[in-house]
Amino acid sequence: MSGNGDLLDAAVAERVLSRALSRGGEFAEVFAERRGGLTMAIDESRIESVQSGAEEGAGVRVLSGGTTYFAHVDGLEPADLERAAEEAAAALRGGAAEPRPLRAEAPSPQPIERRPGEVATERKAELLRELDERARSAGAEIAQAMASYGEARRQVAIANSEGLLSGDDRTRVRIGAQAVARRGDRVETGAETLGAHRGFELFDDDPAAIAAAAARKALTLLDAGPAPTGSMPVVVGGGFGGVLFHEMTGHGLEADHVQKGASVYGGKLGESVARPLLTAYDDGRMPGEWGSDAIDDEGAPTQKTRLIDEGRLVAYLHDRQSAARDGVAATGNGRRESFRHLPIPRMTNTYIAPGDAAPEAIIGDVEKGFYAVSFAGGQVDPATGDFVFGVNEGYLIEGGAVTRPCRGATLVGNCLQALAAIDAVGDDFWMKTGICGKGGQKVPVGTGQGHVRIASMTVGGTGE
Amino acid sequence: MSELAELARRAVEQAVGGGAGDAEAYASEAENREVRVHGGEVESLTAATQRGIGLRAWIGGRVGYGFGTDLSPRGIAAIAGRAVEAARVADEDEFAAAPEARGEPDAVVGLSDPSRSDWPARRIAELTLAVERSALESDRRIAAVEQAVYFDSAERVAIASSAGAGGEYETTSCYAYLQALADGANGRETGLGFGLARGPAALDPVAIGREGAERAAEMIGSAKPKSRSCAVVLDPTVAASFVGLLGRAAGADAVQRGRSPLAARLGEEVASGAFELHDDGLDPAGFATAPIDAEGVPRRRTALIEEGRLRTLLHDSYTARRGGAASTGSAGRSGYRSMPVVSASNLVVAPGSQSLEGLLGEAGEGIYVNDVAGLHSGVNPVTGVFSVGASGRAIRGGERGEPLREFTIASDLVSMLRAVRAAGSEPRWVPFGGSVSVPPLLIEEMAVSGS
Repeated sequence: MSGNGDLLDAAVAERVLSRALSRGGEFAEVFAERRGGLTMAIDESRIESVQSGAEEGAGVRVLSGGTTYFAHVDGLEPADLERAAEEAAAALRGGAAEPRPLRAEAPSPQPIERRPGEVATERKAELLRELDERARSAGAEIAQAMASYGEARRQVAIANSEGLLSGDDRTRVRIGAQAVARRGDRVETGAETLGAHRGFELFDDDPAAIAAAAARKALTLLDAGPAPTGSMPVVVGGGFGGVLFHEMTGHGLEADHVQKGASVYGGKLGESVARPLLTAYDDGRMPGEWGSDAIDDEGAPTQKTRLIDEGRLVAYLHDRQSAARDGVAATGNGRRESFRHLPIPRMTNTYIAPGDAAPEAIIGDVEKGFYAVSFAGGQVDPATGDFVFGVNEGYLIEGGAVTRPCRGATLVGNCLQALAAIDAVGDDFWMKTGICGKGGQKVPVGTGQGHVRIASMTVGGTGE
Repeated sequence: MSELAELARRAVEQAVGGGAGDAEAYASEAENREVRVHGGEVESLTAATQRGIGLRAWIGGRVGYGFGTDLSPRGIAAIAGRAVEAARVADEDEFAAAPEARGEPDAVVGLSDPSRSDWPARRIAELTLAVERSALESDRRIAAVEQAVYFDSAERVAIASSAGAGGEYETTSCYAYLQALADGANGRETGLGFGLARGPAALDPVAIGREGAERAAEMIGSAKPKSRSCAVVLDPTVAASFVGLLGRAAGADAVQRGRSPLAARLGEEVASGAFELHDDGLDPAGFATAPIDAEGVPRRRTALIEEGRLRTLLHDSYTARRGGAASTGSAGRSGYRSMPVVSASNLVVAPGSQSLEGLLGEAGEGIYVNDVAGLHSGVNPVTGVFSVGASGRAIRGGERGEPLREFTIASDLVSMLRAVRAAGSEPRWVPFGGSVSVPPLLIEEMAVSGS
């Protein structure tokens, strides 16, 4: 069986599933995982925090009458798995149910050219030294540089009482660079990342360019004035600018929020929520992208799901349970941080499809506004729709031109209003990586878009 | 010696035998439970066990880290091998060395509540259902509860080191929270209620539910405030987030690397006299309390800000050596998967003399901020400059007025501390931003951006 190697033997899995259903339940599942990784950093031009780990374990869940009984253990010995099955079933009081015989599936994992685990650790340290050097050589005002390297491999195997036995083998690498620029008392920082669901080949093409970009951001901010305050048109840059859509729409389309009445997008399926120029997707199959996997963490194949079709809301993102509740097909969005977590509906790679506006024209039409090139991150309350974004590179737009850099800006708004206020979508397009937190679980997600303009939004800064 | 301490000792031996000059192992095992409730039904019930070891190995001034969950002799050898290999890749650092033994730590009583085991799954499920029910019954405008959650944990930690530091302890903790949803004319409002304790018997499900309901219902009809500069009263939950940031800024690691708003300010005036802050690793009521820190050094109580001055920084053994200071027992880690780093234990803000009503009266006109969002993206950790999303209530004539949302508050950490006019008399333990005990704070002036 490709993908999951020796993680979960079919005979053991059948026994564990029988054990899980021994006191009743409509569905049982075992999720086995082996994860390993290496992280290191360079700071003060010194390689440090070299950390290397390996963990393995399994989570077993039983669904019965609307309740999920879940147990997880460290270790993958048959005795460990059976212990988890017994723990999960412990609170049930019914008669035994029988799982169906397993049929092994072998989805193809994302191809990895050069396994990071097979690259010498010293080579990764060298990569960090290159980043450090590039950031420091960007200008005399660069006072500090930091960079980090991370690789992770997750092998997973999933078996359930409906006969599914599948697996995936996921390798991700990511580097980050941060620079601090200083001029007198002024201190500014800049950051940039590069990551993918790929192997070490990701770093073949000038990876240290991200260090130069981080340094440039920090240096630019030295000349920044206070960010403006108040409502105004906001142009958002491509790539990680897509985190805006991720927060203000993506989370609200996760079906668990919708079903609990905790999403402003609830009951809006089929309705117009944006102007016709806006079409958006969640796509867990984009080759090599940070948020891609062959299958989700319940064994469903990942897929490309159209969320908004020319302004009309057409789909929510489902895991197995939420799909069953709505009587629709799962969308391959049941994800979990590790075997220690229950799957919940999550985004994979979410993006606004390219539009037809030239980025220059999107800015050129703005008399007075704000240009948010990239964000430090964002947060939303899907129930109220209130969101907030920290801008880490922003500029003032005056008379249709980008004039001066601004520091310390935050964007706040409400999802439905802001989504409906998107009045231009650029024809440029790229993806960036993010780490998304929900319900205490962090998963890798991709975000993307070209330049996008929101007709009016609140910018919170300290200026006039 | 417990089995866990024995495993830690064996890991240290393996690393030293495998080429490390010194080694330190942090072993932990935990039993956790979680209940999630929605709509009067138990949505999920989780039972879990976790066990792992994290190992630091030093070769001269090079330090590396390995961790894993396989604690068989072969698994421990592999962890030791990873730590030693990691150390070989790291660069030499003259201050890196294993912490030495520093005498016997104080005994701390009351860290463990044995009653947890008297509460089977059925009983903690009932408690969680009671949290939800309380919210629904306390205000008819509460339409639903998005989720009520209960979590508890019993954890044992053992630290062993070839240089002598170490120890062993056990703690229990539990918390419950909910997100209540209120129906208003302009859509739904959310409100968080929470409580934490050593054991389930000490949680008050009715109070937790009522708090969530009150916070959601009071936001009905909220609107954007006008942009302006005004007096602000921070709810303890909000003040705690800022105090958490301050704890990070006071870490000697950030200061020594010049990446803290408190860098080069030791001994200087950084706050008004109304703001006094301690780090207290021994406070029996605090949830970060333990006899030793994450590298086996005794925890203690440390004055950080007194009479407006920055008295001390938080040190672990590395920053202490580098800064010519003593460790304040401030090594922390998020479990065996990560190396220890300088972090606050329990941050305790000294209460003042006025009730919340007194603070609002003194503010006169302004904004009572009861929630902030976007702290992970809206704060520059180097400069302390921040702009974060907020919601709350207007303060009119010294009383709480209409609800406000979709605005930002902006300042920088030190300016905000200097503008603290008064601390309230009723502190509360808050689990956001670490473990923080803080009363409401009245801030003289802050920039508010709305419409």
